Amino acid sequence: MTIEPVLDDQRDQFPIGMRVLAVDDDVTCLRVLETMLHKCQYHVTATSHAFTALKLLRENKNQYDLVISDVQMPDMDGFKLLELVGLEMDLPVIMLSSNGDTELVMKGVTHGACDYLVKPVRIQELKNIWQHVVRRKKVDSKDQANSGNQDKSHIGSCGGGVGNLDQNVKLNKKRKDQKEDEDDSRDEDGYDNEDPSSQKKPRVVWSVDLHRKFVAAVNKLGIDKAVPKKILDLMNEEKLTRENVASHLQKFRLYLKRISCVANQQANMMAAIGSSDSSYLQMTGSSFNGVRNYHALTGPGQFNNTGFRSIPLNGVIGRVNTPPALGLHCLPSSASNKLGHGQKSILDQGIFPGNRNGSKGVGDLSAAINSSPVFPICSGLPDAKLRSSDAVGLTDNPILRHPRDFEVSAAPLKSEISASFLDHESWSSIAQSSAFRSNSFPSSNNMPVVMRSCQFDVPCSQLQDPRPEMPISSTTSADSDPFQGWVWVDRKQDSPYPSDAMDSLMPANVPAAFDHNLDSKGTTLQRNMDFNSIGQSNFRDPMHIKFDEVERSMEASMNPKAGYVMDQRKPQGGLVSNNYGSLDDLVSAMTNQFC
Amino acid sequence: MERTHMRRQVGLMRQSLFTQGFLDEQFIQLEELQDDANPNFVEEIATLYYCDSSKSLQTIEQALEKTPHDFNKLDNHMHQFKGSSSSIGAKKVKDECQQFREYCKAGNREGCMRTFQLLKKEHATLKKKLEAYFQMARQAGPLETASRPK
Repeated sequence: MTIEPVLDDQRDQFPIGMRVLAVDDDVTCLRVLETMLHKCQYHVTATSHAFTALKLLRENKNQYDLVISDVQMPDMDGFKLLELVGLEMDLPVIMLSSNGDTELVMKGVTHGACDYLVKPVRIQELKNIWQHVVRRKKVDSKDQANSGNQDKSHIGSCGGGVGNLDQNVKLNKKRKDQKEDEDDSRDEDGYDNEDPSSQKKPRVVWSVDLHRKFVAAVNKLGIDKAVPKKILDLMNEEKLTRENVASHLQKFRLYLKRISCVANQQANMMAAIGSSDSSYLQMTGSSFNGVRNYHALTGPGQFNNTGFRSIPLNGVIGRVNTPPALGLHCLPSSASNKLGHGQKSILDQGIFPGNRNGSKGVGDLSAAINSSPVFPICSGLPDAKLRSSDAVGLTDNPILRHPRDFEVSAAPLKSEISASFLDHESWSSIAQSSAFRSNSFPSSNNMPVVMRSCQFDVPCSQLQDPRPEMPISSTTSADSDPFQGWVWVDRKQDSPYPSDAMDSLMPANVPAAFDHNLDSKGTTLQRNMDFNSIGQSNFRDPMHIKFDEVERSMEASMNPKAGYVMDQRKPQGGLVSNNYGSLDDLVSAMTNQFC
Repeated sequence: MERTHMRRQVGLMRQSLFTQGFLDEQFIQLEELQDDANPNFVEEIATLYYCDSSKSLQTIEQALEKTPHDFNKLDNHMHQFKGSSSSIGAKKVKDECQQFREYCKAGNREGCMRTFQLLKKEHATLKKKLEAYFQMARQAGPLETASRPK
């Protein structure tokens, strides 16, 4: 039962001796797994507690090459662990579960799992898991050299067969395009064939301050215009190289996408809860799918947060649910929202052309999303939105609108989440704020917002977990609302983009156009929506599925506040925080990663 | 001679466990993990399983006594129980677990109770059989018998 190393001999005897960390709360399974891994000649560390595993990893991430974790664990959800590990340590994680439902597998993939094994695990399956380590190393090296393109391959190779590869491609392409005007010192060949073992370069520690600077620079430039070189110039940091910034930017974008996905989902959920427009929900569902998809995208490009603080994950998950609900609520239920009316008209007008007709809307939307180049071209969307003469300022592009809708609701949520993040990580908050900002300024930082919503994806996916996790816990949000400064909060004040601290992060060019279209609330909503739509569009499809689930969860955990996303940016905090829970974690993770 | 006879007995016993559906191929996987370094691996795993699973069963039983049934919770417990049962190859137990989960999903309280009783029964039966099997195997000595496919 020897494992033939495929790599050069200079790589020592890999995969023999590959260091695996196995996590499973079931002692029987753990023991069996451990033994099997030993048999495969790996070096195994086994623990039945997720927190212990995290601790071990944090103490020295270099001690492990691969993590195998069960999905269902009492102290921490496996997906959460997966995210954390991916964000903080950037290690390949394999999920393990006795439940092999497509949904769960999808969830695993979108959360960034390299593989998903179904129990009972056979030793044959374990014999090849070393490939994920190799692949990850390759991706990492590419990431450092070429921060734009590796996700594509990684996603593909990770089997993120979400089906929206075209979106991924677009995303990657966009990134690539964006980077084309950067220095050419970067090696553009895509996938260099370096020996993986020589690829490890000293990592830049992205401290909170550094990241703040980074986010500020990105916001200033505008997410779509933020190229590493310019960011680097703005940041004016000596020890940073363009490559560092480039790879950090890539991760940041993924993060934002994720947040926006989640936000969208939540928004959808909210809308669903708040409105009777079920079709809308369906759309959100598609959004979720999109988000999911995004997750797959982001999987490879997870953030490594060394300083990730452990955040109560369970709470987070619950929170996640709320935001979407909030968001959704805002959109469809115009009646209850001031913004709504503006929005509503749009909605009524068939923002979701497909949805109007009911369930099939989702499909249409998804299709629309897929075909729409929204995602890759965040900047494009906002402009469109701005130009649109809709009262709400929504673009004609239904997809765009859709995202915006999501975003709108999501945005408030996000801000809330950001707030909670602030508690944990300033980085998170910054990211959040920037994300939010982007939302509000469709024309400007679309990216941040979008990405942020994507992050919701993660939390949203959590939503799909058993109900218990999904309660929209307004309580969770209550504790942290550091994001007062977030755009959303600002919005509430009816200032297009209030100039509070957070504002600094927001793009200067508040779409004035929107303002006149909507009342302050509406405007903000619009903005967010635009942004979201942009960001969200990518995630539509993935979110689709997720959304359904989220929707379900949301409905289950209906929060009276849900309906007031638009109106209550602040209150949303509560809801948002829910989302934030997961976002928070993500953000924190991200922050840590960069720290 | 007696050894051989015993070994044959062991082999037959083992075979019957498979043919009667008590065990599935996962058990063979465990057997393959047994080697000189882990001479009693299978037995150890089985012991571990029974120790752990009795606790799980108790938890589920308690949860079942509460009304109304929290099906989600029950499902979660059972999910885990199913996972460990499948890890040792306890086929019948696993099947009952699956059935239980179906009932949980359907919110069928009666079905859950019924299935749970069956499950406990299967669990106990297998335990006895395995104990007897291991005992005999130990008596028979090292188990590289032809009847044990690798």
